[in-house]
Amino acid sequence: MKETPVRIPHILSMADLSREDIEFIFQTTDRFREVGGRPIKKVPALRGKTVINLFFENSTRTRTSFEIAGKRLSADVINITKSSSSVSKGESLLDTVKNLEAMAPDVLVVRHPAAGAAQTITRMLKARVINAGDGAHEHPTQALLDLLTIRDHKKTLSGLHVGIVGDIAHSRVARSNILGLQRFGSKVTVIGPKSLIPLGIEAFGVGVSYDFKAVIGDLDIIMMLRIQGERHDRLPFPNLREYSRFFGLNLQLLQKAKSDVVIMHPGPVNRGVEIAPEVADAPYSLILNQVKNGVAVRMALLYLLSGTEE
Amino acid sequence: MNASNKNILLEAIELKALFDRLASEIKEREVLSGPFQLVGIHTRGIPIAQRLAKLMNRDPDQIGTLDINLYRDDLSQASEMPVVKETEIPFSIDGSRVLLVDDVLYTGRTIRAALDALTDLGRPKSIALLVLIDRGERELPIQSDFCGKKVSVQPQENVKVRLQETDGVDRIEVIDRQA
Amino acid sequence: MTQILIHNVRIIDPANGLDLLGELRIKDSKIEAIGEKLDKLPGDEAFDGKGRVLLPGFVDLHVHLREPGFEHKEDIQSGTMAAAAGGFTTVCCMANTHPVNDEAAVTHYILEQSRSKAAVKVWPIGAITVGLKGERLANIGELQEAGCVAISDDGMTVMDSQLMRLAMDYAKGFDLPVITHSVDANLCHGGTMNEGEVSCQMGLKGIPREAEDIIVARDILLSRLTGCRLHVAHVSTAGAVELIRQAKAQGLPVTGEAAPHHFTLTDEACQEYDTNAKMCPPLRTCTDREAVIQGLADGTLDCIATDHAPHAIVDKEVEFDQAAFGILGLETAFALGYRLVLDERLSLEKFILALTAKPLEVLGKTYSGLKPGAPADLCLVDLDAQWVYRTAQSSSKSRNSPFDGWQFVGRVVHTWVEGRQVYAV
Repeated sequence: MKETPVRIPHILSMADLSREDIEFIFQTTDRFREVGGRPIKKVPALRGKTVINLFFENSTRTRTSFEIAGKRLSADVINITKSSSSVSKGESLLDTVKNLEAMAPDVLVVRHPAAGAAQTITRMLKARVINAGDGAHEHPTQALLDLLTIRDHKKTLSGLHVGIVGDIAHSRVARSNILGLQRFGSKVTVIGPKSLIPLGIEAFGVGVSYDFKAVIGDLDIIMMLRIQGERHDRLPFPNLREYSRFFGLNLQLLQKAKSDVVIMHPGPVNRGVEIAPEVADAPYSLILNQVKNGVAVRMALLYLLSGTEE
Repeated sequence: MNASNKNILLEAIELKALFDRLASEIKEREVLSGPFQLVGIHTRGIPIAQRLAKLMNRDPDQIGTLDINLYRDDLSQASEMPVVKETEIPFSIDGSRVLLVDDVLYTGRTIRAALDALTDLGRPKSIALLVLIDRGERELPIQSDFCGKKVSVQPQENVKVRLQETDGVDRIEVIDRQA
Repeated sequence: MTQILIHNVRIIDPANGLDLLGELRIKDSKIEAIGEKLDKLPGDEAFDGKGRVLLPGFVDLHVHLREPGFEHKEDIQSGTMAAAAGGFTTVCCMANTHPVNDEAAVTHYILEQSRSKAAVKVWPIGAITVGLKGERLANIGELQEAGCVAISDDGMTVMDSQLMRLAMDYAKGFDLPVITHSVDANLCHGGTMNEGEVSCQMGLKGIPREAEDIIVARDILLSRLTGCRLHVAHVSTAGAVELIRQAKAQGLPVTGEAAPHHFTLTDEACQEYDTNAKMCPPLRTCTDREAVIQGLADGTLDCIATDHAPHAIVDKEVEFDQAAFGILGLETAFALGYRLVLDERLSLEKFILALTAKPLEVLGKTYSGLKPGAPADLCLVDLDAQWVYRTAQSSSKSRNSPFDGWQFVGRVVHTWVEGRQVYAV
């Protein structure tokens, strides 16, 4: 049993979490997986605590996952969804957050289209903040559940070669996963058309490839990403058909992969674009394991953040 | 005035006698009301339950372990991140006679949490409680069914059960927190 | 009637070849005499310079006074008080007010307000295009007649090359310099900071350095085509410095300015999503910062201009993406520039020139500086003073500075405009 690591005030970025922190979170997650396996999937740990899901961007998967996590811990979970358009109509982020603070939440789960929004919010109120995705910056809880899913399957997080394929430029999932995987000494290669690979990515210490076919045979894990059409002001490739032809994962391309390769996707999946339906549903696809682990990881985080006071 | 802030309550040899007595009390009771399933509460309740199982010639790996962190009523008073330990019950709770095992009975809050934790896992026929030390000063109406020793200590004093398995030594001490 | 004898002071004016320990007399609005030892005249009010340094008042080619239209951020009074606190005796205010300074009536309004409220001299800069929209030329001739000293669509880039060419052709006929805000609007679309490792790590859309270089290159070529004087505002990239250097080598009428934040900070200041480090052009890399310093040192960049851009709390305490571009600059410019002098990156002489004679040269105006008969626009600086900049104490209405809490050596302690004391520390 590992000792308690240094207290983590907020979950904003994988860059803030050491390997020991992540291992401690996983150790706690294992306990919550046991709760998820019970007939009565509820414990009173966060009774009387208030968790606010503040979602400025549409999300069913992440919001539901946090909601279930909070409810299984007996917290009062309140969902507030604001389209970014209503923000432009008047109320500023500061006003929104100050109003929420008056309701004395214990944990604020924030999804926002602007990078850094969760961090900005920590400067505005006292509650613990979990970043549930901020623009193209980070999505640390997704990375944690991805790492856990990999660990479940490969029994290790070290020495693996993980390919992250697709819209790297706009992907917070990619950034968080890169940081997390590197903590454990796994190698990451980002793969996509050059127009979707951001300038400066090399500083993360990742490999870069513009040729999926050429590198697929070397990968232990393939993480497919969605094309984030809503973040493009101009399509960075000719059309989806051509994109799919060079960077989509289908059975034919999969022939070139290692026999024990596994496929992951943070969702939502655009079947037929980045991933062929028969690949998404195959046994080597861990997509649903990711979703299942998501609830347990988020229970662990809500519990750990609520468990201490300033 | 005591030079040390620590008083030894029981030495290893006395502790062993205490275990022997408790094991025979359990067996006596089982004759009357049927067998118990032992469930140790983290942390020291587990080795205590294991020792008792051995003394009763049962498989010490077949005892249940219970972590009550998720059922505590003082979560946010902790200064560090809570460490949740494993809850593992290798038998069906439903219909069984559970004997909860813990080291020290004090306010009763741990046992209250343990009862909640246990009943969330199933519906036992009955739950009994065994503790090594009862130091009094209860805050809840909870009493033990088996008790190694009742002691009377000051509020600022801590009763510390040390076991070979967890602390490298068998001994029960009273420590003055203010000293 | 003012008659002040400033004594016990080091008087420096490199453009007039002046560096002496002596005395200077202000009489009414003008400098009456300068010398090592002046005869005491009846009526002299003695002012002990305490061995500090008396300089010509600074000239800032690039400020946003926000009046008319955005008086909640700054107005002519508060902005010029901040200028006075920074040692500036003349500021040139950009046209992106509301309404835009794209016609004589607005220029008249600014000058009228300045006469009654301004602490320092205000010289308006007119718009190149109507409403800064980049669609058709503003009444450039009338703007000049009304008092504009240059034209610029600062904040916006005139993206239509033909229109920019017409503006420069037309301005050439009026001998007006054109100041270019050089950021390719398409290339930087949605960008909020320098594009590079830091923006990638922060997940922010970047503004590539090339967005600046492309427009600087285009406008230099247009200067060659039209013969119009071109002044490149707030140069932030190594590429732009080099382009201006080459243009000067070819004898083209091209000048450039450096903003203190660009020669002090890099894009790493944006980390933690500090919106007070968000400006356009953005803070760049170390290489760029060094190139800007080198540009000042070798004269490629003629002057230091602050791009003083006040913004209210509501414009800055928001998501980084949403935050307004720009920071305060007037009160910290001297201290930030003097850091370069202390670090021996820039000579004291060059530094003073960049704040005094050079900006006037850019505008094509005659520099008088410190000499008898010249307007008594002066500032006294204490080169040894250690002080901490606090935005809470700023004369500006706004607080958006990344330098809040910075410790400095070298401080402006007194400012006079036409013999009138407008600032004392």
